[in-house]
Amino acid sequence: MKIEAQDVHVYYGQEHTLKGVSLSVKKNTVTALIGPSGCGKSTFLRCMNRMNDLIDNCKVSGNILIDGVDINSPSVNINELRKAVGMVFQKPNPFPKTIFENVAYGLRVNGVSNKEYINDKVEWSLKQAALWDEVKDKLKKSALALSGGQQQRLCIARALAVEPSILLMDEPASALDPISTSKIEELIYNLKASYTIMIVTHNMQQASRTSDKTAFFYMGELVEYDDTRTLFTNPKKERTQNYITGRFG
Amino acid sequence: MKRSEKIIEAFLLACSLLTVLTTVGIIAVLLFETVRFFEVVPIWNFLTDTEWSPSFSKDQQHFGIMPLLAGTFLTTFIAMAVAVPLGITIAVYLSEYASNRVRNIVKPILEILASIPTIVYGYFALAFVTPYIQQAFPSLELNNFNALAPGIIMGIMILPLVSSLSEDALHAVPRMLREGSYGMGATKFQTAFRVVIPAALSGIAVSIILALSRAVGETMIVAIAAGNKPTLTFNPLNQVQTATTYIVQTVNGDVANDSIEYKTIYAVGMSLFIITLLLNNISFWLKKRYQQVYK
Ligand SMILES: Nc1ncnc2c1ncn2[C@@H]1O[C@H](COP(=O)(O)OP(=O)(O)OP(=O)(O)O)[C@@H](O)[C@H]1O
Ligand SMILES: [Mg+2]
Repeated sequence: MKIEAQDVHVYYGQEHTLKGVSLSVKKNTVTALIGPSGCGKSTFLRCMNRMNDLIDNCKVSGNILIDGVDINSPSVNINELRKAVGMVFQKPNPFPKTIFENVAYGLRVNGVSNKEYINDKVEWSLKQAALWDEVKDKLKKSALALSGGQQQRLCIARALAVEPSILLMDEPASALDPISTSKIEELIYNLKASYTIMIVTHNMQQASRTSDKTAFFYMGELVEYDDTRTLFTNPKKERTQNYITGRFG
Repeated sequence: MKRSEKIIEAFLLACSLLTVLTTVGIIAVLLFETVRFFEVVPIWNFLTDTEWSPSFSKDQQHFGIMPLLAGTFLTTFIAMAVAVPLGITIAVYLSEYASNRVRNIVKPILEILASIPTIVYGYFALAFVTPYIQQAFPSLELNNFNALAPGIIMGIMILPLVSSLSEDALHAVPRMLREGSYGMGATKFQTAFRVVIPAALSGIAVSIILALSRAVGETMIVAIAAGNKPTLTFNPLNQVQTATTYIVQTVNGDVANDSIEYKTIYAVGMSLFIITLLLNNISFWLKKRYQQVYK
């Protein structure tokens, strides 16, 4: 198993947000996290790269193993962990730098200074993110001048540049138009060969199109977790059934 | 109901008109007197002569603004050298490192610095800082009046302007951007200096420019501690006279109101006005040009 979450609880202050979630993810698969707003999808995702550490009153308990190592153990270097577990956010968040520097950022902060290596890596990452052809002539231009969809693919390229093995995507297409969205979905499909992907989405079609497995969250609990096809065609729980058919949430 | 609202409206209009008229009036007088001054003293002399001695007898009078601007420039430069690095460091600390508790204690304390009367600062520079430097570094042979001490103190005075406004700018950088950086394994320090500061650069620049124009216009500190001798120098150990100090001295002195010597204050005032106006415009432009990016 690539990722193994065991009985994960999260508290924001007094609020018990995740109530004992256990879930295992195989290598080179796409797992979709679905569920109504506020059910804890983002919270769970952010446990995987310990992004919740940044939030003052947030407490996480339970075990999260990545490649068999408990990521919350004191011996784990958090910067190394975040390098290995890339993240793409709901809204594109390019840095106020050039396109090139955005992608090179992760390499630079990790101490890479070999120019040729950086050049190659930037090109490789942009190609992986299917953005190279659109930006290869304006790498020195500000990333903020790109369209929303391009910015989001830039953020994916940026995450790929440091060679993570896991990619976390929190509603990566929710701010994008249909064409950009389908580009991102195609990308997810292609990236699966090299990465293990977890994606949060509110879009049922997107979940069923892109993922191998789907996890349905409700009020901080993992209600059902199964092969995507099974979960969407033959859910075992009534809650799941109601949600995917749009009867609530 | 309608009637009372009309009265209020008229009152508000009158208030704003009054402000506008006052401003226009001040500028008009300034302009008028400056033109009269330049009818006597060629503007070219004013800008290029390296001596400033309007109070001398007619054949030795010089009207070169440069020594006064040098004084202003020197004290301002020292103040900025203190306020900018210190202010930005404090801002980064408060915004990126300090806990909410620390921030809520430190920020108001810093802002107290801005509410100390400038006369107290000036006195402090003259009576404490200069003697202290003289004692600690006798080899410098620091003049009793000098640009250094008031410059440093002025830097402390404008420090909260830089730190507070810069902190606001840093704080306004979306958390998303920081998380993007952390998400790639960047450290706190790298995130602060490579992502957050660049993203807040326009706000930081605006804070610096506002501090700059405050320093250029500062009067009391330099009037007390920097001296009264117009000197074209960039040596901070010397005494200098800033443009503002000169105006204070002349207005307070017994100079005839219709003399050319008296008119100099308008020309000098106009020069200061143009400088600060330019600075304010730059900051306004920066704000407009770069602020929208992350909305
Ligand atoms: N930083 C925070 N501080 C306090 N409470 C938080 C914080 N972030 C999330 N929460 C709470 O945790 C709960 C779960 O939030 P989370 O963002 O994980 O939901 P989500 O499933 O991702 O919802 P959405 O679909 O709207 O993104 C919510 O009730 C939210 O109020
Ligand atoms: Mg969410």
